Amino acid sequence: MNVTSNNLQQQNGAQVSVPVATHAKVDTKGLPEKIGIRNLEFFYGDSRALKGISLSLYANKTTAFIGPSGCGKSTLLRILNRMYDLYPGQRATGEVVFDGDNLLRADQDINLLRARIGMVFQKPTPFPMSIYENIAFGIRLYERLPRTEVDGRVESALRRAALWDEVKDKLNANGQSLSGGQQQRLCIARTVAVKPEVILFDEPCSALDPISTAKIEELIDELKQDYTIVIVTHNMQQAARVSDFTAFMYLGELIEFGATETLFTTPKDSRTQAYITGRFG
Amino acid sequence: MAIAHDNPLYAKRRRGNAIAKGLALAATLFGLGWLVLILAVLLWEGFGGLSLSVFTEMTPPPGSDGGLLNAIAGSVLLTVLAVLIGTPIGILAGTYLAEYGRHSKLSSVVRFINDILLSAPSIVVGLFIYEIMVAQMGHFSGWAGAVALAVIVIPVVVRTTEDMLRLVPDTLREAAASIGLPRAHMVVRIAYRAARAGMVTGVLLAVARISGETAPLLFTALNNQFWSLNLNAPMPSLPVVIFQFALSPYEEWQRLAWTGALLITVTVLALSIIARSLTAARKSQ
Repeated sequence: MNVTSNNLQQQNGAQVSVPVATHAKVDTKGLPEKIGIRNLEFFYGDSRALKGISLSLYANKTTAFIGPSGCGKSTLLRILNRMYDLYPGQRATGEVVFDGDNLLRADQDINLLRARIGMVFQKPTPFPMSIYENIAFGIRLYERLPRTEVDGRVESALRRAALWDEVKDKLNANGQSLSGGQQQRLCIARTVAVKPEVILFDEPCSALDPISTAKIEELIDELKQDYTIVIVTHNMQQAARVSDFTAFMYLGELIEFGATETLFTTPKDSRTQAYITGRFG
Repeated sequence: MAIAHDNPLYAKRRRGNAIAKGLALAATLFGLGWLVLILAVLLWEGFGGLSLSVFTEMTPPPGSDGGLLNAIAGSVLLTVLAVLIGTPIGILAGTYLAEYGRHSKLSSVVRFINDILLSAPSIVVGLFIYEIMVAQMGHFSGWAGAVALAVIVIPVVVRTTEDMLRLVPDTLREAAASIGLPRAHMVVRIAYRAARAGMVTGVLLAVARISGETAPLLFTALNNQFWSLNLNAPMPSLPVVIFQFALSPYEEWQRLAWTGALLITVTVLALSIIARSLTAARKSQ
């Protein structure tokens, strides 16, 4: 597939040409698509932040969104769990197909959707309650379980997030009393405990030190076995380390999408080349 | 070349600094001086009349000894009722402003009116309740007093609730939403929890504010010389008793007024200290 152009009807009726992403040659056949993004546009009020985005997120793979600040990568991520619904004046058009269902449709049950597509944020956001409650809270939202079973689920979520050994003796301590890296792993445990199918990471390490970052990256690699993972990152090395697929975005457009290895070694687009070699961004 | 200590520009600035500092210090001492004087007189006069009978006997007829029991009980009852009426309304309205109608026109109107209400003279509140409750019922009552005080509680609680909820970072709201928590649950179980100390502080400040209010009670609860917890009858309260006794020519009454004033001041001081320490605890979290 080469760079082509498809014409999009813009709001004002003018024809604009939007380049379609260059797909690196990778055998994606046989990979089940978990989320399919088709011709997605996003608006903050009147300004268009995403332009005709189309790409596939494959099941049990990690896809990284990279690009300079303001390119729309976080915006794209926040569409996938309809986070933008919290704010008036933001809207998306196009299709985001999640297991055969367009998650952008107006009558989508957003709370159920968010239970299936979890999110970990840039800044660690533990709830103002105990470590135990931070995890149990989410579990109890959708399941009525006996206490012992909740205990088990809390433990397995904390183990999953590689935090259990550090907090098992102080489960009643406030979640906000942990260190930054621990808080972020607590948030990952909280997300995992709800048993989502997809986990979205929005620059999960940008507030963390290198050691915590390494732990989180290791974690993401393990989580891939059970979840489909999407990660937004400013850090290209991180994208190269953790992801199977990478999407490079620039000025609200998807410039290039492909297998991470291919994209980082033989980028097709000159802008991708310039970005990954550090010439802008 | 090093700048010498006697550099004329620097010396001039130092003189200016010394003068400004002196003036600021003098202003502070002048202001605080009056406050200390007020407290000293209050302590001196109030402690003189403080005895067990203040808490066990009713307000006396002129010329005889007695206590403030009925006034204390009335004040406590009126305050508790006012808080019970005003707090839920205030918290719900504050929640609307901070969580639901953040950008709506209605919110800015409500916020503006609330600010006016916050600084409205309390005697106006008293007259308003007189007109809609006392005049309609045909007699003064404890209910009218409680409602008048509640009207003063509401704007204080609305304001602090909104302010405290706004301090809760949006990232926490997004995190709550991200695990599929419906908005109402997010507000009650996450935002309220994060803002709890500040919201309690707001209620305590409202209590402190109304426990000394006299004007709204003059036209509503009026006063009562006797023990009465009947909310449909006039009800005694400390501020009104102080007002009445302090203006009287009887020495026993004047002494009781001083004691009552001391009690109110100590209560307000205690509430303020609790409110402060709650806020401090929140900050150190």
